[in-house]
This record gives sequence, C-alpha cells and structure tokens, in this order.
Amino acid sequence: MALTENIAAQRLQGSGAFALELDGVARHFGALVALSDINMRIAAGERRAVLGSNGAGKTTLFNAVTGDFLPTAGRIRFFGEDITDLPPHERIRRGLRRTYQISQLFKGLSVLDSIFLACRGVSRRRFSLLRPKASDVNMVQALSILHAVHLESDRDALVATLSHGRQRQLEIALALAGAPRFILFDEPAAGLSPTERRDLVAILNGLPKHIGYVIIEHDLDVALRVSERVSMMHNGRLFKEGTPQEIEADPEVQEIYLGGKHG
Amino acid sequence: MSLTIPTDGAATEKNWLEKVGAGHIVLAVVLVLYPLVASDFFLTQIGGYSLIFGMLGLSLMLLAGYGGMVSLAQITVGGIAAYAIAILGNNNSNVLGFGWPWWLAVPFAILAAALASALIGWISVRTEGIYTIMITLAIATATYYFAQQNYAIFNGHSGYAGIRAPAFWGVSWRDPKPFYYLCLGLAVLSYAAVLYGSRSTFGMTLQAIRDNPRRMRALGYHVTAHKVFAWLLAGLIAGLAGVLLVWFNGRVSPGTIGVDAAIDVLIIAVIGGLRHPIGPFLGALVVVLMQTFAIDIVGAERFNTLIGLVFLVIVFVSPDGILGLWGRIKPHLAQESLRSGP
Repeated sequence: MALTENIAAQRLQGSGAFALELDGVARHFGALVALSDINMRIAAGERRAVLGSNGAGKTTLFNAVTGDFLPTAGRIRFFGEDITDLPPHERIRRGLRRTYQISQLFKGLSVLDSIFLACRGVSRRRFSLLRPKASDVNMVQALSILHAVHLESDRDALVATLSHGRQRQLEIALALAGAPRFILFDEPAAGLSPTERRDLVAILNGLPKHIGYVIIEHDLDVALRVSERVSMMHNGRLFKEGTPQEIEADPEVQEIYLGGKHG
Repeated sequence: MSLTIPTDGAATEKNWLEKVGAGHIVLAVVLVLYPLVASDFFLTQIGGYSLIFGMLGLSLMLLAGYGGMVSLAQITVGGIAAYAIAILGNNNSNVLGFGWPWWLAVPFAILAAALASALIGWISVRTEGIYTIMITLAIATATYYFAQQNYAIFNGHSGYAGIRAPAFWGVSWRDPKPFYYLCLGLAVLSYAAVLYGSRSTFGMTLQAIRDNPRRMRALGYHVTAHKVFAWLLAGLIAGLAGVLLVWFNGRVSPGTIGVDAAIDVLIIAVIGGLRHPIGPFLGALVVVLMQTFAIDIVGAERFNTLIGLVFLVIVFVSPDGILGLWGRIKPHLAQESLRSGP
C-alpha cells in the first residue's frame, strides 16, 4: 500500500534531527517568481536568520511554510512529517508558530484573552461554551506568557488601545503560546525603539534551547545577535549561508545588503 | 517572584446582584409587571411580538456583531421551525400533520432550524461582507418561492393554519398573559445565554475570527468550523423564535418568510445596535411600535415612508443604532445629574 509506505517513510524521516526541510520550494504569482528552488535544512533547536532586501521573498517563504499561501512546487517537511498539503491550523497544532511583519491581532479583545486564545488554539475545548475559569490550565499558561513578555500592566487593556511597541510584544506573545517547537519571526523589531529592541533580543535569547526559529530581520544588530546561522536571499533565491561572522565579513553581502541598510 | 496567580478575585466575590447588574434588574421588574398595566392588545401585539422579533434580531446580532457575518436568512431559519411545528403537530389544512405532542414537535422543530442554519452557514462562510448578504438573501428568496410553489410539503400559497399554542401545567399558553410570559421567559433565556456566551471560550474565538481570521488560523483554529458552529447556535435562537411566531400567528405561510420579513429582521438589528444583545430587542420594540401606529399617524399609504425615514435618521445620527445613541446621551445625563445633585 502506497499510503502505509508513505507513513513508514515519514516515520523514518521523523527520526532525523531536522525541524524544517524545504525541497525545491517555489511560489509563482502569475508570471512573477516570488520564490524559486528553495532548499533548506534547519536542525531542531537551531536559530537561523534570513536576510535580504525588500522583495527578496522572505515573507513569501514564511507564508509557504505556515500554509498561508501554498507553494506552487516543492515539498516541506516539519520534524520529518510532510506538511506541504496540510491547512495552516494543522501545521500550527504540530508545533509550528509564526509572527507577522504587520501585527495581526484581535483589536476587540483584551491582551490576556488574546494570549488565552493562542494557548487554547493548540489545546482542547476550543468550542467550549463556558467561560474559562482563572484556574483554567490555558489561562494559567497565558498569565505566565504575559509575564514573560512584560505585558502585565496591559493585561485587561483592549488590543486596539495598545502602543505600537506593545502590540509587537503581544505579536510575539501569541507565537510563544502552547509549547511551540519551531517559530518563524517576521521582522519582530520593525518600528521598535532601541530599548524595546534590547528587550526583544533578551526575549529571543531567553527562549528555551529546544525551541528553534527562523527570523527575518533588517536590523543586523538584532539579527546577528540572536542567530547561529544566516541565510541570504535575493530575487526569490537563497544564495549564501554561513555563521553571523562570515556573513558580516562577506564583501558581496556588504555590497548588496549592508550598503543599503534599512532603518 | 511569588507563585501567586492573579485571579478575578473581585469578580468571584461579587454577589449575584452585582453580577446581574442594576439595569437588568430594573428592566426585569418592568417587564414582569407590564401585564398589570397593559391591555391584551399591548401584551401580545406589542409585547409578545417585539420579544419574538427581538429573538430573531438577536440571532442575527450573534452572527453579525460577534462573527462579522451579516445574514438575511434568519427569518427563513425561524420559518423552518414554524413550518416544522405545523407539519409535525396539528393543523387544519388537511395536507400534512403528524399530530405529535408539543414536547416532541418543539425540540424537533428547533433542531431542524439549527441544522438548516448550519447548512446555510456552511454554504455562505466561504464568502465575506456583501457577498454573505447576497448569498443569504438568495437562500431566503429561494426558500420563499419554493414554499409558495410546493404543495406536497408546504401547502403552497396558503400554507398551514389552525396551529395552537399548547396547554400544559394547567395553563392555556395561547391566552395573552401566559403567552406574553412564555415569550418573555424564552427571550430572557436567549438573551442571557448570548450575553454569557460572549465571554465564553467559543464567544471569544468568534470575535477573534471577526477581527482577524488569518491570525486565528495561525493559532491553530479551524476557522470555518467555528463560523458554522456560530450559525448552528444562531439557528437555535431563530428556531425558538419561529416556534413562538407560529403559535402567535396561529398560521404559517410563505408571507411569514418573505423578503420583507427578512429585511425587517435586519432593520431591527441595525436600528437597535449590533454591539450588545439588548440592541435587537430595543430595535424590535421601535419597529413593532412604528409598524403598528404609523398608519394612525400618517395614513395607510405613507406608513412605510415614516419607518424608512426613522431608520435613516437613526443610522445617520448613530451607526451603532439606539445603543450608540444611548452611549452618547448617557455621559451627558450623568453630568446633568451631578449638577442638579445636592
């Protein structure tokens, strides 16, 4: 049976140490090639930065991995399991998380309720018609995340009333909920003050070691401080990979990227 | 750091009086005492009828206010329950009529309405905004014409007549006072359920999906399933209202579920306000009063014009309906009372 062979093959691959494997992933929007032949292996627990100019395809890559837009070609495996054809919520329930470049929040909900929903999303009783008690396991988790991202003072505030910086913190908080195994951070430092950037670096470096991530970040002070390896993208392709030191010293990279550094 | 977890300690220590709120208690007392001063006409034609259409508006408020899904098919869902009561129970139309007792027919009718609502939801949740309105309008119109042209099940244009509210516990629920209290009890039950449910896990997921469905997917939620479940719940309320409506009229025909009735429900919800479940009941009272008395004020030929003008004025002055008006007036009133205080 092809099906059982498939499952057996997936189990075998599952024993491998890769959190994320991309094989020949491509995404076309009509004639526009947003991503082409992306091959990537990211080990469990690895922290990877993806750099590249605007329009290089970084966010499209994230959308392909989370399923927001499906890739037009290639396969994606998450901890050995082929997730290419899974809908987004099934990928999330397997331990994948993401944040967005432009905050995607719930403006009519409070901060605590937003984080509670993030915890409940990968838990049971998503359809419960009862109000969550303060002792609810997901509510307790939400409070500890609230503490970890320093949002206690805004616990009951409506999301729409939060400052930009606080909304970015909440954006990260939502991705930390419910035992993530791997997180995609899309420009988490966008629009943050220098102080807030320092807090962000502390939060990222303080994550448990088993949680790996990919971070898209234009601010190299942030990107190179929170990553172990760096991938460079240009025109929808990966063209260089190395340690932060190697990338920083690379003349080609300096020309393309550091010369035209973004605010 | 201590390990104490901040809880809603203050909330749990509140007694039931504070939980329910003074406004609710005053309103409940007024509604319970209303039959002491109201004539039979005001009890049923104004009181009961407003409560029934308030429940239909409430089912729309649940979908539109919390879920961002505007439906024109709520009267259709209520109508399915109404037809089910006629067909499963007794009527004098000599077409169908299984003669089931009320306690069997009512749950089946409400279940049928809820399932129909879930089906309508399942069809329409693929669309958004104006397309949801269009597709539900199409379903409402199609159901109306089907009921009018089908004689085997719906008995065509004339529908079913001779349907009576049951008598049990020694009470004839058709009589004005019992029927008013029946409507009041079920309306309060629906209202309280929606109010409580808005802060439940599911209620929060629905509001979050309204605000940002993409993010909800990225948090592990099956967004379509949550929307369809909301339609099922709205169908329970609309179905309950449909049962009361067929007992109120004593009959059900395609006219009950026509496009004008569908638009009435939308007007009720919009005039009242979609931000709080009390809104549709306020809207229903205003619309029912206007529909009843506009003829006396401006004559039979112009009463719809008056209703339309009032609707325009309310929507222009306050996009949030009467609730929004109240929200604006309330701070002024509070200041007035401060000034006039001792």
